[in-house]
Amino acid sequence: MKGKAHKFGDNISTDLIAPGKYFHLRNNLEELAKHVMEDADPEFVKKLTPGDFIVAGENFGCGSSREHAPRIIKIAGVSAVLAKSFARIFFRNSINIGLLLIECNTDEISSGDEIEINLEKGIVINISRNTEIPFIPPPPFMQEISESGGLVEYVKKKKRLE
Amino acid sequence: MNNMKNKPQTITEKILAAHSGKKEVSPGDFILADIDLALGNDITAPLSIKKIRELNEQKVFDTRKIALVPDHFTPNKDIASAEQCKTLREFARKFQIEHYYEVGKVGVEHALLPEEGLVLPGELIVGADSHTCTYGALGAFSTGVGSTDLAFAMLTGKIWLRVPESIKVIFYGNLKPWVSAKDIILFLISKLGVNGANYKSLEISGEAIGNISIEGRLTICNMAIEAGAKNGIIAPDDKTRQFIDQVNTRKRPFVLYYSDKEAEYERILEFDAGKIEPLVAFPHLPSNVQKVKDSTHIKIDQVVIGSCTNGRIEDLKIAAEILRGKKVHPEVRLIIIPATQKIYLEALTKGWLEIFVEAGGVVSPPTCGPCLGGHMGILARGERCVATTNRNFIGRMGHPESEVYLASPAVAAASAIKGRIAHPEEV
Repeated sequence: MKGKAHKFGDNISTDLIAPGKYFHLRNNLEELAKHVMEDADPEFVKKLTPGDFIVAGENFGCGSSREHAPRIIKIAGVSAVLAKSFARIFFRNSINIGLLLIECNTDEISSGDEIEINLEKGIVINISRNTEIPFIPPPPFMQEISESGGLVEYVKKKKRLE
Repeated sequence: MNNMKNKPQTITEKILAAHSGKKEVSPGDFILADIDLALGNDITAPLSIKKIRELNEQKVFDTRKIALVPDHFTPNKDIASAEQCKTLREFARKFQIEHYYEVGKVGVEHALLPEEGLVLPGELIVGADSHTCTYGALGAFSTGVGSTDLAFAMLTGKIWLRVPESIKVIFYGNLKPWVSAKDIILFLISKLGVNGANYKSLEISGEAIGNISIEGRLTICNMAIEAGAKNGIIAPDDKTRQFIDQVNTRKRPFVLYYSDKEAEYERILEFDAGKIEPLVAFPHLPSNVQKVKDSTHIKIDQVVIGSCTNGRIEDLKIAAEILRGKKVHPEVRLIIIPATQKIYLEALTKGWLEIFVEAGGVVSPPTCGPCLGGHMGILARGERCVATTNRNFIGRMGHPESEVYLASPAVAAASAIKGRIAHPEEV
């Protein structure tokens, strides 16, 4: 998993990720995804190449429970969000829909840095700076849901196995 | 609950254990718990319903244990909202959901459900709305989840949860005049920070909390999420029992849980409630709290009194007392939003609506409305609003360059008269 970093600060709320003013598009997530993070960086979607990463500080995804937020991040083509910490509803929503979240120290990552994630080893490699940042992989239960593609797919898989 | 052999547990741990068929649970455990109620609204439930359709499922786990409350964009704001509400309505009919609330009966979900007796002490409630943590005020475990969780809960009656560590907060003493539940929770959020209780349970107790009404406790637990908490919870007492006696018209059984004396807490925080003053949270975080008396230089364009945080009877009562015989400042728009039809009716019969209108305010039907930048009072670039709502993030009530100041109904009403942030003593 390799891509460019797009850096944001602390407390990026779901109001910034999926602004209320575009809620007329909430039935159309593909369209809503064109406005993802717009109030935090109006140019974000233009700058984004599929496979890139959102990198942020503390408490990413705070606020509302709207699942539109992680969903449109995923639809926009972001392959993972890296942050120092995540707000809990955003965290569980991301697991449930299969968006990868990495909790790690993001101080040494800047916008434009080329980064690679090695899930098995639990390291983020900052190729641009030639540094490695360790992270603790999510618990097996959560990984299983994520790897299935989300909670619904996980349940379907479990049902098939029963 | 006399389980002498078990390890001492918190109220939250006891409720989670009881709902997952276990004797005890510990922080960090993953459990699959049985729910007593699953809640969805017109923003979050349509995504869940879409999932259920995709799975081609034909029935829900229990038609009596689901509440669908179209409160965010109702009465329908636009075609998209109308379509969303139609999705809920058709689903509710097809799946025979007992607790679906049409316009005319609908109210702001977290004010409505306690009023309807749908949330009782000891229950486990999940809702696809972050402020679902409100019902902890009644001694229940309740938490906000997402739309996929809601779909899963509606189909299976279950939710996956990580058992949270608990933080105990004790408020000693008594509140000063003009200090309310809203000031207590703003104070606590300022001490904890917006993620100070992330993934944790906030157990709120003490003499000052015992003296606060159930409505006030609902306000306090409502904003536990603004410190990142998984749930806020207050142990039930006589006030809880009296409230439940009034609302539990279905006579549903319930269990009162209490934390053991030796229960383990990650932290215990103690505060003197008597030192808390009327507070206001400045943009753009609920933790950015200042004293009202140090904030009277902030001129405002709008005041909103309502929401799942502060749109209840007591909130409108104190606003009416302050606004009686007064006029709203000529440069301020005052919007009052009774949270439910029952509250609206009481405000009407008590003459409070007349006071609001005579003062120059406007009364809206029950809706979440402007709180989340939906409708009924959106802010333009550069405008400032004092609101009794729960969030003041960038763009929350409208333009990204508008500002929301969070305060109690008393401070909001006084500010509407003065045209700036004002202490109720000033009017």
